[in-house]
Amino acid sequence: MSTEHLVEPSADFPVRDYGPPRVHYLNWRHTIASWLLSRDHKRIGIMYLVSISIFFVVGSLFAAIFRLELLTPEGDFLQADTYNKFFTLHGVVMIFFFLIPSIPAVLGNFLIPLMIGAKDVAFPKLNLASWYIFMVGGTIGVAIILLGGLDTGWTFYTPLSSSYANTHVFLAAMLVFITGFSSILTGLNFLVTIHKMRAPGLTWFRLPLFIWAHYATSVIQVLGTPVLAITVFLVGIERIWGVGIFDPALGGDPILFQHMFWFYSHPAVYIMILPGMGVISEVIACFSRNRVFGYEFIAFSSVAIAIIGFLVWGHHMYVSGQSMYANLVFSLLTMLVAVPSAIKIFNWTATLYKGNVIWETPMLYAVGFIGLFGIGGGTGLFLGTTGLDVPLHDTYFVVAHFHYVMVGGMVMAYLAGIHFWWPKITGKMYAQTPAKISAIVVFVGFNFTFFPQFLAGWNGMPRRYHSYNADFQIWNVLSTAGATVLGIGFLMPAFYLGWSLFFGKDAGSNPWGARGLEWEACTSPPIPHNFEEIPVVTQEAYAYTGEETVSV
Amino acid sequence: MSSLDSHADNPYLAHHFETEEQQTESCTLGMWLFLAQEVMFFGGLFLAYAIYRSLYPEAWSAGSHTLDVVVGGINTVFLLLSSFTMAMGVYYAQTGKQKQLALMLLATLALGITFVTVKWFFEYAPKIEAGVFPGKLWAPNPANHHYGQLAFFEGQGLQMFFLLYFVMTGMHALHMIIGFGILLVLIVMTMQGKFHAQRYLPILFFGLYWHFVDIVWVFLFPMFYLVS
Repeated sequence: MSTEHLVEPSADFPVRDYGPPRVHYLNWRHTIASWLLSRDHKRIGIMYLVSISIFFVVGSLFAAIFRLELLTPEGDFLQADTYNKFFTLHGVVMIFFFLIPSIPAVLGNFLIPLMIGAKDVAFPKLNLASWYIFMVGGTIGVAIILLGGLDTGWTFYTPLSSSYANTHVFLAAMLVFITGFSSILTGLNFLVTIHKMRAPGLTWFRLPLFIWAHYATSVIQVLGTPVLAITVFLVGIERIWGVGIFDPALGGDPILFQHMFWFYSHPAVYIMILPGMGVISEVIACFSRNRVFGYEFIAFSSVAIAIIGFLVWGHHMYVSGQSMYANLVFSLLTMLVAVPSAIKIFNWTATLYKGNVIWETPMLYAVGFIGLFGIGGGTGLFLGTTGLDVPLHDTYFVVAHFHYVMVGGMVMAYLAGIHFWWPKITGKMYAQTPAKISAIVVFVGFNFTFFPQFLAGWNGMPRRYHSYNADFQIWNVLSTAGATVLGIGFLMPAFYLGWSLFFGKDAGSNPWGARGLEWEACTSPPIPHNFEEIPVVTQEAYAYTGEETVSV
Repeated sequence: MSSLDSHADNPYLAHHFETEEQQTESCTLGMWLFLAQEVMFFGGLFLAYAIYRSLYPEAWSAGSHTLDVVVGGINTVFLLLSSFTMAMGVYYAQTGKQKQLALMLLATLALGITFVTVKWFFEYAPKIEAGVFPGKLWAPNPANHHYGQLAFFEGQGLQMFFLLYFVMTGMHALHMIIGFGILLVLIVMTMQGKFHAQRYLPILFFGLYWHFVDIVWVFLFPMFYLVS
């Protein structure tokens, strides 16, 4: 610990390439117990990776089935009740078991200690506990599916969920309550880790922007999630006691449910996008060999999104009967929260300017992210205006908008991150050509799936129906065809990444020539305690010179 | 590498921390963040209370008048006393007086159990028996000399008052019962001599938790018992 290992990336001080270590976190123990009881943040990240990949497949299958149903205007093999269950389960699985844990619990868990030069997160046991809590929630989710499903939509609006639905709403309330605590504990762990575990010399403004994004995300997780927990708790109470806390027939107010629900669930969409923005900052800087333009602005824009994001929930409720004046304030704040997102988009674009842009796979995903998130965020502004929202509310325009943010944004960012750090996580490099093809297939398939939904929604097609007016069929056929391509694009990584595990060549510690402690002071895969010696940081992040080499 | 695995010189310092100071600060920050999370958790209930009280002021007043201020007040005293014994426990932990620490933790546990027992036998049970429990069991008897007057407010948010009463005080009681479990563990650990002047953070953190639960009650008491 006494010897100081200086990380001083510069042109005449070549990036160190440690060979693959003899003992690393993957091979130092082989028993199942050494995984299931591991407190190593890297192993827990892998456990999350496996779990959420399974949930992603399940959620995608639900979507595949109802996309098939929507090929024709009539209800063919799904009737209204079943259709309701399929889109509900698609939403619940994708949001609570894929999008929310995706980047934070997998990449965040794996990378935060590596990036800040720590041996682990601040509370390793709590980290493991959060995975078990997540899996308890996941088990309840599987039970709901096996017992006959859930048909309230992922939003659980009352009084539908509390009085009318005959499906497993109580179990779903338990699921959200329990899974929420997994998210809270992860956020709490990251906040303490980022505050207290940074390596010597790693000041706040030397932190990678990935860390800033996770800091902002964690604030939302810790302060927002408990409100959702108590809200679904009240829905659960309403169902078992037969009381009417949100039931107008018994003196309750269903709009109160919507306020409490969206107080969490709007900030939650920032839980689902901010970490993705963190990934994009890393990838764009690495593959344009440039320091991120306006580092401080991107850092503070993450914090600004976390703060303003708590004040815009009412824009989901313009047609709920909410006060007109409240609508105006929420609309204004919604315009305001778009500013920090736009700052990021402009700054990433400016980072490319006069950079040495290298089109490796992660970069393809990242550039795709910028375009798709731009469309997703921009259409969010359409919906944030009080007038235009009225005709567009509950149409496919909304569905297309949030899929551009959630899939075009977060899933693209997640895949960018997986492809970027895969050689660090596994020590193996995947084949480049199929990876680049998959990035393009995903981009094309995604746009074919969701752009027609903008048009269908703009022309008035309502969401959440199993049958529709025949005029909309062309958009639905396009969308289903696109979803097929998208599905193939999502399947491809499973093959070439899986292949790389067994046959891939050793990646070396820094195949991309990237800056950052996880690349420059760590082996691939990292040793059990991450660093031979705790590094001392003497430079700001992204000190690219333009002379780093890619060796893949 | 060996120096990274563990701290042979200090068994209380976990392997991934560099210094004891870092460990202490991390745990303290984590505890306060947990309490911030708790504030938001209860915050949702306080919001529902504020909305429904402003919608149904008469029912709130009528419902409040049937609650027993004396029993509630005595219970408040028990709880505040338990906060005092807990604070003394933290003091004795910091000064390494193990016997006094064990005594204070036992006193805290006893006072807490007294609170929950009184709550059940003098408050919850009689209400449930008289049909003043919201939902399917709701059937206040108009002939009941204590709860009979409530019949006038039926259908005007009266159930909502008692629903929030049971949910909020119940959630508070649940936090206390979880606290009893932790207290038992801490008492056993104290008797085993696990805490001393160099190692008392678990006691300090449980103290923070216990005071938080008490403060929630300090809000709940006037909100339910003292409405006019």
